[in-house]
Amino acid sequence: MNALDQATGGLWALPLALLGGALRVSPPYLFVSLGECLTEKSGRINLGQEGTLILGAMIGYGASFVTGSPWAGVLAAGIVGLVLGTVHAVLCALPRVNDIAVGIALMLFGIGLAFFIGKPLIQPTAPRLPSLSLGAWSESAAVRSALQVNILFLLGIATAFAMRFLFERTRWGLVLRVVGESSDAARAMGYDVPRVRLIATALGGCLASMGGSLLSLYYPGSWNEGLSSGQGLMAVALVIFARWDPVRCLWASLLFGGAGALGPALQSVGINAAYNLIATAPYVLTLVIMLATSSASRTLVGQPAEITVGR
Amino acid sequence: MLSRELRRAAESALLPLGALTVSLALFGVFVTLAGANALDVYYQMYRGSFATSFSLQNTLLRAAPLMLTALCTAIPASLGLVVIGGEGALVLGALAAVIAAHALSTANPWVVLTAMALAGAAAGGAWIGLAGALRTFRGVNETISTLLLNYIAIGLFKHFVEGPMRDPASLNKPSTRPIGEANALGPVPGTDVHWGFVYGLVACFVAFVLMRRTVFGFAAQMVGGNVRAALLSGLPVHRLVLIACALAGATAGLAGMAEVAAVHGTANASLIVGYGYTGVLVAFLARFHPLAIVPVSILVGGIGASGGLLQRTAHLPDATVNVLEGILFIVILASETLRGRILGPDALESEPKPTAELKPASAPTPEVSPAPSGETKRAVG
Repeated sequence: MNALDQATGGLWALPLALLGGALRVSPPYLFVSLGECLTEKSGRINLGQEGTLILGAMIGYGASFVTGSPWAGVLAAGIVGLVLGTVHAVLCALPRVNDIAVGIALMLFGIGLAFFIGKPLIQPTAPRLPSLSLGAWSESAAVRSALQVNILFLLGIATAFAMRFLFERTRWGLVLRVVGESSDAARAMGYDVPRVRLIATALGGCLASMGGSLLSLYYPGSWNEGLSSGQGLMAVALVIFARWDPVRCLWASLLFGGAGALGPALQSVGINAAYNLIATAPYVLTLVIMLATSSASRTLVGQPAEITVGR
Repeated sequence: MLSRELRRAAESALLPLGALTVSLALFGVFVTLAGANALDVYYQMYRGSFATSFSLQNTLLRAAPLMLTALCTAIPASLGLVVIGGEGALVLGALAAVIAAHALSTANPWVVLTAMALAGAAAGGAWIGLAGALRTFRGVNETISTLLLNYIAIGLFKHFVEGPMRDPASLNKPSTRPIGEANALGPVPGTDVHWGFVYGLVACFVAFVLMRRTVFGFAAQMVGGNVRAALLSGLPVHRLVLIACALAGATAGLAGMAEVAAVHGTANASLIVGYGYTGVLVAFLARFHPLAIVPVSILVGGIGASGGLLQRTAHLPDATVNVLEGILFIVILASETLRGRILGPDALESEPKPTAELKPASAPTPEVSPAPSGETKRAVG
């Protein structure tokens, strides 16, 4: 720390570190929760998002390393996510196949595959995604480093608003919601329920996988087997918290990102005690939120009636 | 025409065997694409899992905790609950067992081991019991909550092992103080397999009797089949859920205790190797049948045991076996769609369909009052 930082820092050091951390940790949450939100709107749950996220992180890193372009990495990750989402949708469309179980299976498969292919990628350094310096106006290095915002994050924010528009104002969004609320009604109206779910689940996987590429190409910014800390699973809880609204997914992602950044932020100001306990903050937060919002006797507001995870 | 029971039994054997064959074939394609000789890989896997007494011992060593963690998913599945919290219950059971051993370090080893087993089971039982309470009193989805509890349990475990309970002598790998040679869980006489394996066998058998041959088990199956009918017939649904979840957690906690007492002698990060998650796989492969868990655990334990040899001889990464496990899991689930179609249509009629009933909506709803119509539809569809 230089003298200037010490002057502006001190009292502000922790909130700044927390804000900067939240802006770095949130983007993967945002993408994977938007993907899950889209999937769940169609009446399906994809617990396999965790596997998709990790495989996306690995493929994104590998493609960035091979091509030299991080954007190619994001694209490759998106394609892989599309494939995994399609597999999930196709399996769940079979009679007597349960979406929760398939999700757990695909999670184990995705993680195994990522570790299998990703072994040689642990050492090399791939080009990473650039970020915008929104803090360039400030003279404080702490402010400048806190306000580094990833371009893909901005894209994710735009996607959140676009998705809300899609759900509420377009014909396709209405069809999607009908399928999610009552597949019987959708069938009676002549819509192809499996196809709508296929499209939603595949695109959801694509978003989750892009979120994974943010883990490896932005923050923490490398590939290793402990890269994900369960963001793909917490996305399911996050979507419940956000009441299946994409824009509220954005706020929830920032909150979860902040909780995830709590440990590193405290460490950056020299507080190391109980690091492992503080690192569980996002999970405790998720659990507390679910406890506070769930009810034993009624369905959650805004929940697509065809899915069942909220209760 | 075969009798219905015979057809159903034949189907229950044929489907998993067929799925296993298909999975191995797909896996062969996968390793061929990865540049290995598929036949050689199969052979090395056989050598690494069942061919020699050394590899067989390694297989059984891995099967021991899997039997117990699989029960953690299989027992609540009877009530229609999808619990995947075995990993968290296992590490907390291990931690509690170590605490018990330290508290009683001077006592007779039998006393110490008994206390360790009780403490491990109690810690695991309380942990998953908590998820059961959240589910039945507050409607919190048990799949998500047990997953979150896994992360929280591992955080707690690391906090204590790397902090207050750390043995200053453990430099590179933070561990607790050892439980002591005298308190170790030894091998079964005449074999190289430790007593934890026997714990697993006994637990599976007890679970079989409890879930399939007692009033408690029948009541649990009824809750899993139709919660509204269970409530109308006056079953204590809250209590059944709590007991089933606590028992489930206790088995996984016992797995943690056995790993500490028989394998590691202390609590450290070596315990967190995914036995809890692999146990979920075992439970689904066994279709939640407690007795089927035994052979499936040995099979999956063998797949895991062959990883090391594959790495050395076929130069494949150690995650190769995870890929096979993933493929196996997916194919087994997909094969459910063929149930009742291979040997004639009516085999399905009275078949208990765990995976079909596993939607959390059909899980206990502690509401006795008539539900709104939308909810009824959801519980059915």
